[in-house]
Amino acid sequence: MEIPYTVHPRPDTGVTNAKVGIWLFLASEIMLFGGLFSAYIFLRMGAPEWPGTTMSGHYYASASDILSVPLAALNTVILIASSVTIVLAWASLMTNNFSKYRIYMGLTILMSFGFLIVKSIEYSTKFEHGLFPSESTFLAIYFVMTGLHAIHVIGGIVVNAYLLGPGAKMWKTNPTQYTNRIEVAGLYWHFVDIVWIFLFPTIYLI
Amino acid sequence: MTNTTEHDHHHELSFIRKWIFSTDHKVIGIQYGLTALFFLLFGFCLMLLMRWQLAYPGDPVPIIGWLFSDETMPGGVMLPEFYNQLGAMHGTIMVFLGVVPLAVGAFGNYIVPLQIGAPDMAFPKLNMASYWVYFIGGVVMLSSFLVPAGAAKAGWTSYPPLADIETMGQTMWLIGMFFLITSSLLGAVNFLTTIIQLRTEGMTYMRMPFFTWVQFVTAFLLLLAFPPLEAAAVLQLADRLIDTSFFLPSGLVVSGEILEVSGGGSPLLWQHLFWFLAHPEVYVLILPAMGIVCEIIANNTRKPLWGYKLMVQSLVFLGVMSFVVWAHHMFITGMGTGLSTFFQITTMIISVPSVVILSGMFLSLWGASIRFTTPMLFALAFLPMFGIGGLTGLPLGLAPTDIPLHDTMYIIGHFHYIVAPGTIMALMAGIYYWFPKVTGRYMNDILGKIHFWGTLIFMNGIFMPMFIQGLAGVSRRLYDGGQTYEFASEVIKYNEFMSQSAFLLAIFQLPFIVNFFWSIWKGKKVDDDNPWKATTLEWSATPTPPLAHGNFETTPVVYRGPYEYSVPGEESDYLPQNQP
Amino acid sequence: MSEAHSAEEVQKHVRMYMYIFGTLLVMTAVTVAVSYLNLSIVPALVVALVVATFKGTLVARYFMHLSGEKPIIFQFLILTAVFLVFMFILFIWALSDQRGVASYVS
Repeated sequence: MEIPYTVHPRPDTGVTNAKVGIWLFLASEIMLFGGLFSAYIFLRMGAPEWPGTTMSGHYYASASDILSVPLAALNTVILIASSVTIVLAWASLMTNNFSKYRIYMGLTILMSFGFLIVKSIEYSTKFEHGLFPSESTFLAIYFVMTGLHAIHVIGGIVVNAYLLGPGAKMWKTNPTQYTNRIEVAGLYWHFVDIVWIFLFPTIYLI
Repeated sequence: MTNTTEHDHHHELSFIRKWIFSTDHKVIGIQYGLTALFFLLFGFCLMLLMRWQLAYPGDPVPIIGWLFSDETMPGGVMLPEFYNQLGAMHGTIMVFLGVVPLAVGAFGNYIVPLQIGAPDMAFPKLNMASYWVYFIGGVVMLSSFLVPAGAAKAGWTSYPPLADIETMGQTMWLIGMFFLITSSLLGAVNFLTTIIQLRTEGMTYMRMPFFTWVQFVTAFLLLLAFPPLEAAAVLQLADRLIDTSFFLPSGLVVSGEILEVSGGGSPLLWQHLFWFLAHPEVYVLILPAMGIVCEIIANNTRKPLWGYKLMVQSLVFLGVMSFVVWAHHMFITGMGTGLSTFFQITTMIISVPSVVILSGMFLSLWGASIRFTTPMLFALAFLPMFGIGGLTGLPLGLAPTDIPLHDTMYIIGHFHYIVAPGTIMALMAGIYYWFPKVTGRYMNDILGKIHFWGTLIFMNGIFMPMFIQGLAGVSRRLYDGGQTYEFASEVIKYNEFMSQSAFLLAIFQLPFIVNFFWSIWKGKKVDDDNPWKATTLEWSATPTPPLAHGNFETTPVVYRGPYEYSVPGEESDYLPQNQP
Repeated sequence: MSEAHSAEEVQKHVRMYMYIFGTLLVMTAVTVAVSYLNLSIVPALVVALVVATFKGTLVARYFMHLSGEKPIIFQFLILTAVFLVFMFILFIWALSDQRGVASYVS
């Protein structure tokens, strides 16, 4: 017996197994980042000053004095754009246009790398100025939360690269399931995007 | 797969694919079961060492004392640091590597797909991954005993600031926890998807056996409660490895010197994040036990489960409420009255559905002609044991009584009554009940009954005196059991009795171990596919043991509820769910 | 959201994605611009969270196809949201109703 509803949705729930699975996984991810955000709230509300008095010998009045808002805004745009391309990649498969799909998926992966490159520029500038996570709670929160987000970006790159590379064989044998997989990978990627949409203002801007 | 021809060839799988890297939920369930039983035994042995130390502090451990290194037990005499390692690792191993993997990983994996008429779990490869991630987590935890200065010493709760400034064993503990959390999350996604998507035709939610319901709610708890602990573990790992101060307050003094950190963190943050997981985790420990007991009670009383619908509703309510009671573990942190009132109220509310479920089990016994099989004995023993555990918890849910009792042996007695005489009794019941399903052979009944009576008596011998000691004010974290405290002198003598009970309990596990392995190969064969005459699909719709590939010959169809025993006017005293 | 999608429908979707993309870029610009006004913490927080929630909702609704998604998915999300909200509220309450916190933050 084969496992049912891997390709076509179950009639009474109206969804496939993979769809249920990814949303449950995302629910747990919401609680993961939710836990970090509540830690952030807890520490920030308990702190006498934010982002903190002196770090590595300098006084910083606001988060945007320490962190680079333009770079983070650039990263926001990159990530939103990659969200658009991955949904367009799925739409191309829906219209049976595999070559267009490959372009969009490739663009998504390229932009993910772009995001990481910008991120690493940010990190290394901080390190050059002696701003390490051990300097203050603000920097600790910044590095850990963006770091964990970056790990999720890397995870997305691995999945998307697999689907574009070796995983693409499935398009020949079972196009419906392959399209479903791209949709599921897209759902994860949009979630990573949403996390960043919340991280950007809460860490950089306020 | 559109192209199924190559899959339908029942070519023999190699040994490695069949028994090591299997994707079959039944094999994975067995793997989980054996590994978890090993860890239960290992955690039990750690406890035996601790009990020796508590009863005879300063005396060298007999017979095996020479096996240990000079850093742990020079000349067989236990060092305080080693006692702390044993305590922390006993808790961690029993909870995360023993009971949960056995209750959820083993029983859940093996039984749930069979009970809902599914050919396998929804994501078989993920299932295999979650076992192996769990296995790696276990190896990391075990190997932490070998790193310099030994395993984690900050308790299974790993409270900072102590845990932040601990030796390397604590880092290993955190890494081990990442693996165990990942494994649980993968498992939870898999269970939920399976139960939602793969129920067979006619298997509506209200026709699911109570055990499947329990696994369903448990999986939700794991899915949503574990991630905040993962977040907390990330923060603690950052504190330890990159010198952040998430949990370190400013001006912390360690060994007479102010710690060189940026400060500004809060130790309470860890406690909140930890108990946000760990309270639902308590229900992860107890709910599967309730599910097992319900199955066995219905089957051995030959009666429908009393108030099935009410019990399911209570179960769901219990699951939801378990997320908003966590800070009753933190009354002694100086919590304000407003917040403490909130958590006291929710704690009292959550006791209601627990009592409803327990009452349902008791009422199911009313007027039954009970078959006193070995699994039924264990299941019956669960009821009063869980009752004692639950009732002794009430004073701990109210701040005025919790504050004097919290750090005493009383609380040890309370939660052990829930998880040891409670959950472990139920897990044993489950092993005796489903053993014929897995192997096609019964376990020996006489050995089973010896095991049962010894276990019941000596478990109470260990844990009952803890209440008395706790009420007398004996602290729970003293490596000599509190010998130097005058007020404890009246009750400290019970330690010897408790430890001897523990050693006798160990001896009475031998019949079980012998029985278990002997019965796999030599046990009495089952007479037919449904030896207990049960109604649920895992017995009635598939051969015993079940088919290796896909469980069922044809997809079963369900026509009735899970516990139609002794239906008036029927010839047979049970109507299987798949009987039209 | 699979199966019965005609090519035409998908084309319509694609146009919608572009509108959403534009809106998201505008909102990003807004949130950055507001941050340069140096508002005090409360209005700044409100603006930042409202804009972020709006952007997040757009992504979830259109890119993640939540509009028109099946009830089961919403049930998961509502359950998660309830626990998340409880966590936030109780954490904030816990911090404000805790004796001895002042000594931690000195």
